[in-house]
Amino acid sequence: MVEFSLPKNSKPTKGKTHPAPAGAKNTKRFQVYRYDPDTGANPRIDTYDVDMDTCGPMVLDGLLKIKDEMDSTLALRRSCREGICGSCSMNIDGGNTLACLKSIEDCKGDVKVYPLPHMPVVKDLVPDLTHVYAQYASIEPWLKSETLPPASGERLQSPEEREKLDGLWECILCFCCSTSCPSYWWNGDRYLGPAILLQAARWINDSRDEATGERLDELEDPFKLYRCHTIMNCTQTCPKGLNPAKAIADIKTKLVERAG
Amino acid sequence: MAAFNIVDHEYDVVVVGAGGAGLRATFGMVQQGFKTACITKVFPTRSHTVAAQGGVAASLGNIGEDNWAWHMYDTVKGSDWLGDQDAIEYMCREAVPAIRELEHSGVPFSRTPEGKIYQRPFGGHMRNFGEAPVQRACAAADRTGHAILHTLYQQSLKYKAEFFIEYFSIDLMMDPDGSCRGVVAIDMATGTIHRFKAHRTVIATGGYGRAYFSCTSAHTCTGDGNAMAARAGLPLQDMEFVQFHPTGVYGAGVLITEGSRGEGGYLTNSAGERFMERYAPTAKDLASRDVVSRSMTMEIREGRGVGPEKDHIFLHLEHLGPEVLHQRLPGITESAKVFAGVDATKAPIPVLPTVHYNMGGIPTNYMGEVVTKKDGNPDSVVPGLMAIGEAACVSVHGANRLGANSLLDLVVFGRAAALRCRDTLKKGEPHRPLSKDASDMALARLERLRNANGSMSVAQIRKNMQRTMQNDAAVFRTSKTLKEGIGKLSEIAASLKDIKVSDRSLIFNTDLIEALELENLMTCALATIHGAEARQESRGAHAHEDFPNRDDENWMKHTIAYVDDKYKVKLDYRPVHTYTLTDEVKYIAPKARVY
Ligand SMILES: Cc1cc2nc3c(=O)[nH]c(=O)nc-3n(C[C@H](O)[C@H](O)[C@H](O)COP(=O)(O)OP(=O)(O)OC[C@H]3O[C@@H](n4cnc5c(N)ncnc54)[C@H](O)[C@@H]3O)c2cc1C
Ligand code: SF4
Ligand code: SF4
Ligand code: FES
Repeated sequence: MVEFSLPKNSKPTKGKTHPAPAGAKNTKRFQVYRYDPDTGANPRIDTYDVDMDTCGPMVLDGLLKIKDEMDSTLALRRSCREGICGSCSMNIDGGNTLACLKSIEDCKGDVKVYPLPHMPVVKDLVPDLTHVYAQYASIEPWLKSETLPPASGERLQSPEEREKLDGLWECILCFCCSTSCPSYWWNGDRYLGPAILLQAARWINDSRDEATGERLDELEDPFKLYRCHTIMNCTQTCPKGLNPAKAIADIKTKLVERAG
Repeated sequence: MAAFNIVDHEYDVVVVGAGGAGLRATFGMVQQGFKTACITKVFPTRSHTVAAQGGVAASLGNIGEDNWAWHMYDTVKGSDWLGDQDAIEYMCREAVPAIRELEHSGVPFSRTPEGKIYQRPFGGHMRNFGEAPVQRACAAADRTGHAILHTLYQQSLKYKAEFFIEYFSIDLMMDPDGSCRGVVAIDMATGTIHRFKAHRTVIATGGYGRAYFSCTSAHTCTGDGNAMAARAGLPLQDMEFVQFHPTGVYGAGVLITEGSRGEGGYLTNSAGERFMERYAPTAKDLASRDVVSRSMTMEIREGRGVGPEKDHIFLHLEHLGPEVLHQRLPGITESAKVFAGVDATKAPIPVLPTVHYNMGGIPTNYMGEVVTKKDGNPDSVVPGLMAIGEAACVSVHGANRLGANSLLDLVVFGRAAALRCRDTLKKGEPHRPLSKDASDMALARLERLRNANGSMSVAQIRKNMQRTMQNDAAVFRTSKTLKEGIGKLSEIAASLKDIKVSDRSLIFNTDLIEALELENLMTCALATIHGAEARQESRGAHAHEDFPNRDDENWMKHTIAYVDDKYKVKLDYRPVHTYTLTDEVKYIAPKARVY
């Protein structure tokens, strides 16, 4: 990953340096992207030397230690700290991932932390995700079926049918994938991007859903779907080990098959 | 007061919280035709419900016979007879249609060979009034909360519910006559203040696990709704009942679901002994959580813990084989690797009882209406205010919640709240003007903290509080530790006067938000430790060493705690409902609790 979309006049400048507390023997340097919307000044990179002897193993532990003990003005999103809520997605050591699942040890050299690339930044490590949330709603991600469900019982679905959802339903909407996709960087206004297309596939593959045709119609569009050039960044970066590139390829196959 | 930019809104209903409970209520309200706003401090699918793993209870009987009366019996017994049986009957009865409804709306449940919803055994869920474990927890692999929460959000999108995302609710707006008129919130992205007027305000803000140092709960579980109610002069109920989950990963606190023992996992001590067979001969590793947590703590205290410090226990899953782990427990296999560095297919996972769930909360009836004790009436409804989910105390969980009953509680009572509004509220009714000072408390609090320039950081005070709760209000409690704990915690609460917030910005000021959350946690922590100190018996999750037995004569009653804005606590009590909702089941009289 090379470039970041940063706010105007956006080359980051060198920021403040926060030394480790006296007596710390085992330190790791964090370089953290800071953007202060109140001043509108250029973003800067602040440096924090974190005492690793009193720090948890994950990058999120490091960032929260910075926030708790060195600089409480640092803004980031976090909640579950176990890789299931999708809040703490950011760019660490050059790749998009979840701070709570990324171990500090795995970062070679300094730990470089940036917000998700190519998204407007609200503040520091907090991107504005409004657009991608709206794209999610646009695919109408809910079960559609004309047939009424049984009055007293569940809809039946065989284990084999259910298995078709594996690798799709686990997505946590962290958007590491979409924000790593060059096609999404340049055409994100109209291209849905890997995260949303994976969600679309989740419904297309659900044996209980009866709107498959309609869903495929909606996607058959030069921008929404066909901006994917199988660059695979998305799959490489997904912190949950999912494969959006494959989900997209499957949708394309379904469209080809349908066209006969 | 500084000039805040204030925006006013009018809704029929405003729901605070977009976890399982809040979302179910939100789209239920929209379904009924109410103009509804849902306010949430995190994007809905980032709510803590997403972390729930093992399952949601309902007596579908997909794998072996089951019925809701057995479920009710188990829940009453699990609650150690502190639960209100009218509410428990309602929940267990409604469980079956509620879970089918979830399936109909698209939850990707795991399936049985016949294509039905897969169900697994869970602690305390038994067949035929305690005979043997039954498969009652409906599961989507070990990511049931994720499956349910995403589906509920999708349904909310379908119904076009209005969301206010990353809005932090500060305080309720109350009329002098004690009715609730709405809430005040801050839009985190801009710092704008929003006043939401509503005929019904529904608190669905979840639990307060973060009052303790080590918990399975997310960072956002800070008891905001509980504290808002307390600052409005309303009581919090049964706060001393804090559930410790037997299997939090040693060190990290991350949860390993009880479903892992449901699938055949078991615990051992340093001698390699399956010690649960001694403490609970019938249910063994699937006894109720309080029982297992206490047994583990006993083993450790008697020197049979594992590890260099002999301070934890092993959970074995390796005998289940890689296929079962991959298919049924993929999430925790991953967690074990990431957070404990253990390959669960080969080695045991180091675990420790960890704070997990708050049975206590805002007292309500089974329709979701907040109740208080007023003029001698212990069930007096607070006009305009409802509470659901972990923030509420209905009370269906009593002194100890059964696993898989919380997700159930969310959907059943989220729906019940919407039904109650259907029956009691007209659409689009005009709003009376607010009293002049309705939002003063919220704004004053915000202003005070935003400019707070003392000498202690939010994190310092928070850590002091968490340590005290961890040390003095944990699995085993004594009169001495609880008394000392109260002394220490009162001092820590007083130190809030000396708090410092460094970020002065109004845009995404997480320093300020954490300060607001810390005050909320403190309110919850104080109610917890005071309630615990006063309760001179052992019941469910409250294990008092000086009073090791349950005392139904004196203590079969709900604690209600009032915490004022000076952090002074006043205790009172409400009777437990010793009756059922219908004549179809009889009241289950208390007896000794053996598993
Ligand atoms: C790791 C783990 C595993 C679990 N597994 C299970 C299980 O298998 N089965 C089971 O039944 N239960 C389980 N539980 C318990 C269950 O998940 C929770 O009790 C339940 O999810 C709580 O849901 P809720 O809707 O009440 O609150 P939450 O899901 O916590 O949601 C709270 C909502 O309120 C909002 N909010 C909070 N404060 C504010 C504020 N000030 N302003 C605006 N919004 C606010 C938040 O943004 C959020 O949307 C588990 C719990 C944990 C910790
Ligand atoms: S495979 Fe497609 S979606 Fe994935 S990064 Fe490449 S272009 Fe983007
Ligand atoms: S596919 Fe993976 S990277 Fe993309 S949003 Fe989902 S979980 Fe995140
Ligand atoms: S904090 Fe939830 S994914 Fe990292």
